[in-house]
Amino acid sequence: MKLIMCAGPPTSGKTMVLRQVTRRLLAKGCRIAYLKIDVQFADEDDLFKTEFGIPARKVYSGELCPDHAGVLVLGDAVKWAIKEGVDTLFVETAGLCLRCAPYIEGSLGIVVLEATSGMNLPRKIGAMLTLADIAVVTKIDLVSQAEKEVFRANIIDAAGIDVLETDALHGIGIDRIAARVERAQEVVEPMILRGSPPMAVCTICAGKRQIGSEHHFGVLRTLDSDLFYRGQ
Amino acid sequence: MTIRKISILGGYGRAGNRDPVDRVDLAMGDVLSIVGPTGSGKTALINDIGLFASENTPSRRRVLINDTVPSTEFLDDPSKNPIALITQHTSFLSDLPVHRFLDIHARIRHSGRTGTVVDDTLEFANQLTGEPIIVDSAMTELSGGQSRALLIADAVIIGNSPIILLDEIENAGIDRTKALELLRKYEKIFIFVTHDPHIALLSNYRIVMKGGAMQDVITTGAEEKRVAGKIDQMGKVMDDLRDKIRGGELLIEEELRVIMELANLKSI
Repeated sequence: MKLIMCAGPPTSGKTMVLRQVTRRLLAKGCRIAYLKIDVQFADEDDLFKTEFGIPARKVYSGELCPDHAGVLVLGDAVKWAIKEGVDTLFVETAGLCLRCAPYIEGSLGIVVLEATSGMNLPRKIGAMLTLADIAVVTKIDLVSQAEKEVFRANIIDAAGIDVLETDALHGIGIDRIAARVERAQEVVEPMILRGSPPMAVCTICAGKRQIGSEHHFGVLRTLDSDLFYRGQ
Repeated sequence: MTIRKISILGGYGRAGNRDPVDRVDLAMGDVLSIVGPTGSGKTALINDIGLFASENTPSRRRVLINDTVPSTEFLDDPSKNPIALITQHTSFLSDLPVHRFLDIHARIRHSGRTGTVVDDTLEFANQLTGEPIIVDSAMTELSGGQSRALLIADAVIIGNSPIILLDEIENAGIDRTKALELLRKYEKIFIFVTHDPHIALLSNYRIVMKGGAMQDVITTGAEEKRVAGKIDQMGKVMDDLRDKIRGGELLIEEELRVIMELANLKSI
């Protein structure tokens, strides 16, 4: 299973990028499933189901941090995708905190940033950018040539990763993103989070990086269950 | 790599019909206009050019540089991309002061050796605007016309892009005739998407779009060049009226009649 983890601030264009990539890859015969992780509202799963007829679902993290919820449910989600008979699972995160990074070892981590968010954004956000494999910069048609170039230089400066510019709305620059997804490797068990989240008190925050709720304590959930408590 | 020419090879219009124009070649120094009604495919055509389309866009057109397929390096890094695209929606978002912003861009482009490019850029931009740009003001404080003028100047001088695509600059509040005159001094390819007859006639060629297809290519002949001169005079009449309105004056019927008669006698 290829696991494509797409992070990025809200409204940066994650969904539009993934839709355009999905359209191209389905035409090439890839089999794709889509999972959206969000806090309290998401309709992207319906969009992918209706537009492409592919297996798609969403998870609300509710009281949990959405990236933490991702750690708990992704083991189950990969199993779900295998059962659905696909070869690639797109996971779109809520993208709220910017400090955590949802990427898993062996997945393709894509961070989507909008060119309109200001030239210094790449210096302000942490692991979500620095632990990604590629940065996709959207809405490039809206900013000056100068800002495009400075934005790219700042990303490379902060993270040293490949930068792909796109005007996803018009499908410009999508082919190169799709090519990276095609070249992505299969994710292998046991899945491990790429970096530790910031210091806090739960097992995930404390650095226990194993994927799957069975490895954790405290307030937990599985892909399908409600929140439950495990511990003393 | 020195760019000598670019070529647009015909693809298909919206209804799947073949582009009646099979091929358009542009040499350095050429000015091209793209004309046609709203929705006729003008923006799609400049996007094809900006992307170096190779049968991978809806139009299936191809774009060649010096008769060969362009290197993907062009698309991988905007500072290596020989095409600068300035659309109606393009703007500056940075709140840095003008001179610092231009200096940062110049440093990225010229490996720290910025020389006089920043001053040259400001001088170029100021020739296109009514009010000169104050270099200590934030980029976001510039007026619409000032930022459009600076976008063009930045692409031409600091970016030194060999190919510049300008989407409907007539709405930009800059001196269009002056812009064309200045741009002509630079050995570049300029492509205008325009509804303005004066810009269209000052171009060497114009592609006429219809139903998403390249319908025709018209070379501006001697007669049309003469017409362009007359349109320029008509434009000056309009400019004069515009200046009066801007200056808070009232327009008087009699005066308008005199202006029009004078224009008539002089030109037509």
